[in-house]
Amino acid sequence: MTHVSQTLSSSAPLAPLTLPARRPRLALPALLLLAFVAVPLVGNDYWLGAILVPFLILSLAGLGLNLLTGYAGQTSLGSGGFMAVGAFATFGFVVHGGLPLPVAVFLAGLVTAGAGLLFGLPSDRIKGFYLMVSSLAAQFFFEWLFQKFPWFYNYGSSGTIALPRFEIFGLNAGSALGRYYVTLAVVAVLTWIAANLVRSQTGRSFMAIRDMDTAAAVIGIPVYRTKVLAFAVSSFYLGIAGALWAFVYLGSASVQSFGISRSFQVLFIIIIGGMGSISGNFIGAAFISLLPLAIDYTAQYFFAGHVDAGLLQNTQKAIFGVLIIWFLIKEPDGLARLFRNLGERLSNWPLRF
Amino acid sequence: MSFIQTARRTAAGLALSAGMLAGLGSAFAADTKPGPDSNKQFFPIASYRVGPYASAGAQIWAAMIDYLRYVNEVEGGINGVKIVWQECETEWTADKGIECYERHKHGLNGAPVAIYLPNGAPAAYALTDRAAQDKIPLITLAYGRTEATDGRVFPYIFPVILTFYSEASALVNYIAEREGGLDKLKGKKIATVYHDSAYGRETLEPLALLAKTYGFENIQIPVADPGNEQSSQWRQVREAKPDWVFLRTWGVSTPVAIKTAARFGFPVDRIIGDVWASSEEDVLPAGDAAKGYLALTPYPAGATFDIHQRLKKAIIDTGKSDLRDVSKFGSVYYNSGLTDALVFVEAVRIAQKKFGNRPVTGEEAQWALEHFKLDDARLKEAGFLGLVQNLELTPADHEGGGAVRVQQWDGKEWKLVSDWVQADRKLLRPLIDAKSAAYAKEKGITPRDLSGQ
Repeated sequence: MTHVSQTLSSSAPLAPLTLPARRPRLALPALLLLAFVAVPLVGNDYWLGAILVPFLILSLAGLGLNLLTGYAGQTSLGSGGFMAVGAFATFGFVVHGGLPLPVAVFLAGLVTAGAGLLFGLPSDRIKGFYLMVSSLAAQFFFEWLFQKFPWFYNYGSSGTIALPRFEIFGLNAGSALGRYYVTLAVVAVLTWIAANLVRSQTGRSFMAIRDMDTAAAVIGIPVYRTKVLAFAVSSFYLGIAGALWAFVYLGSASVQSFGISRSFQVLFIIIIGGMGSISGNFIGAAFISLLPLAIDYTAQYFFAGHVDAGLLQNTQKAIFGVLIIWFLIKEPDGLARLFRNLGERLSNWPLRF
Repeated sequence: MSFIQTARRTAAGLALSAGMLAGLGSAFAADTKPGPDSNKQFFPIASYRVGPYASAGAQIWAAMIDYLRYVNEVEGGINGVKIVWQECETEWTADKGIECYERHKHGLNGAPVAIYLPNGAPAAYALTDRAAQDKIPLITLAYGRTEATDGRVFPYIFPVILTFYSEASALVNYIAEREGGLDKLKGKKIATVYHDSAYGRETLEPLALLAKTYGFENIQIPVADPGNEQSSQWRQVREAKPDWVFLRTWGVSTPVAIKTAARFGFPVDRIIGDVWASSEEDVLPAGDAAKGYLALTPYPAGATFDIHQRLKKAIIDTGKSDLRDVSKFGSVYYNSGLTDALVFVEAVRIAQKKFGNRPVTGEEAQWALEHFKLDDARLKEAGFLGLVQNLELTPADHEGGGAVRVQQWDGKEWKLVSDWVQADRKLLRPLIDAKSAAYAKEKGITPRDLSGQ
């Protein structure tokens, strides 16, 4: 054996034994530089506060669900409900507990993780679409809970929750720029953690269970515990996203902000963006939140006043739907894969193999 | 090959759409700088033309647009200042509502925003702080927070004409009218069947106070959302045998309530619907069961008011109306849109009296709304006599009206059966003050001191 391999390495014209040096990875630092420096320089209030902030928060929510669905293979339609838990728990910690906002948001994430753990318990026995249906219970339960008991919204007459002041460590972050930086910082840190998590042993266990849980059990992965852990981690992310959505973007929220349509929106983000991909969440969120705006501006620009406004709005919805179908036919694995393939082809362009 | 072509096409497509987004985005959003329309007044319309409330919405936006067009074309604008408007789709949600507000708050091509109508409770709540920061007054007609009436705590929110507290009080006063006086209320039973939400629960407090004051029995029966099954509620009503039922439902729960009441043998002409249970869409699905149903509203149905004659001549008959189905002309929702638009136009007019005949800013419109006055003479001149009540707002009182008219469904259309019934707002004001004080305390707001004004 030893003898054969030695002859091979010394003479045969095989692939080099050392991997080729990877190109320096500039994409990520460039992206961060763009997000932290360039965008705030050129963006105005409208872009930062009304477009990029919700985009980033939706990306974070997508990331949360993707950890559960894309990586651990557990389907869920309870994302909206878990976001609501995050928002209402944050409110509770600030108003009833008097805690500073960052601490409250973190604790709210933990509370949501606990809630997710609880609703992840049935995943031991229920799989696939059946699990998805059972996760609807979480969605409807939390909607009911936060509407039924006025304690959760501090007995306000409107049933909505709003923070006394938007402060981070005593600094007022109420401007569009402040909101943008807060969101971006949270999203960047949590994305970094998620990226490391999916490369860790835990992440590999997630994926093993996703691919085949019997096989995972055979090689010694504690399947049930890992599934429940995936629910908890995913819910932590969703809880933080919910808190940001309520207090950094909307400013005031009620259960309607976290209805079943929000759950579907988050699910669509990961389906369109790409299951089991970190960048897919951002691409999917961009697709879901920016494309309708692009269509709207285009339609307003060309057709406003000439076409019946109701017809115009409904046509936009139809066009958006057609685009979703078209992209999914072109690339069922989501836009993240589409972009990766595109990048690979462009890197050899115009010479192909 | 086809890969490359696909790649190229996709790249080109993406670049194109990104470019469009960026280019158009700046063209619309960055209009803080003066544009060519700086001699006009901008009226943003945060509309919902898709989603479950679209059919109601379409009539509201049509009325607003028709009236603004009428003011522009027949009256030559507001003292010569033409109005421009643009729609933005909110789908009745908070998140899209915020996007629309941010898109429009800097005006349109240089035409400034005077007043913003969020047109939906979620957006109105979400915009509370932003609008105050941007100094743009919000009008929430017949919805939203009741305590926003207190202008000391909410300087930029105007729940003009009617709050849910006034609605409850006006209801009791109307019943007293029918029973022959407030003293006759003693021992009567009034049941409230309400949508179990923040909106529905808003009348619990005032009705409790009114029941204590006048000695009637106050029965409260909640209906869980969406309310398409109400047998148990109406069985409860039948057992309690109330003299009147106040129906505070919303959407599908209204026709279901009317039909279920009929099934349980409760007389429909003893049911009084509230503002959000008073449109054609609420009674038509109930069919014959709704015949005789009463409803109170601050903007009654009908196309016989003076303004309708003028609109018909100038807008409807000339084919300029935004209404696709002209049979909706004069519907409750259409007339609510007219009322919204009238308040906007009159506020701009009042601001112009102080600041000059030019487009006014949000801050100036806020002053105008706090000194808003609409009397019979002005209503007659504008053509709204009978459709809109007298209004007088002050810096402390952002509601100003508090009256309703009661209409009855005859199976085909609404017939007005009462004149304006005024709420006893003095009686309820302490409740409102307590709520706004609690809000101010929670948010750390120091109420404005109005003693100098």
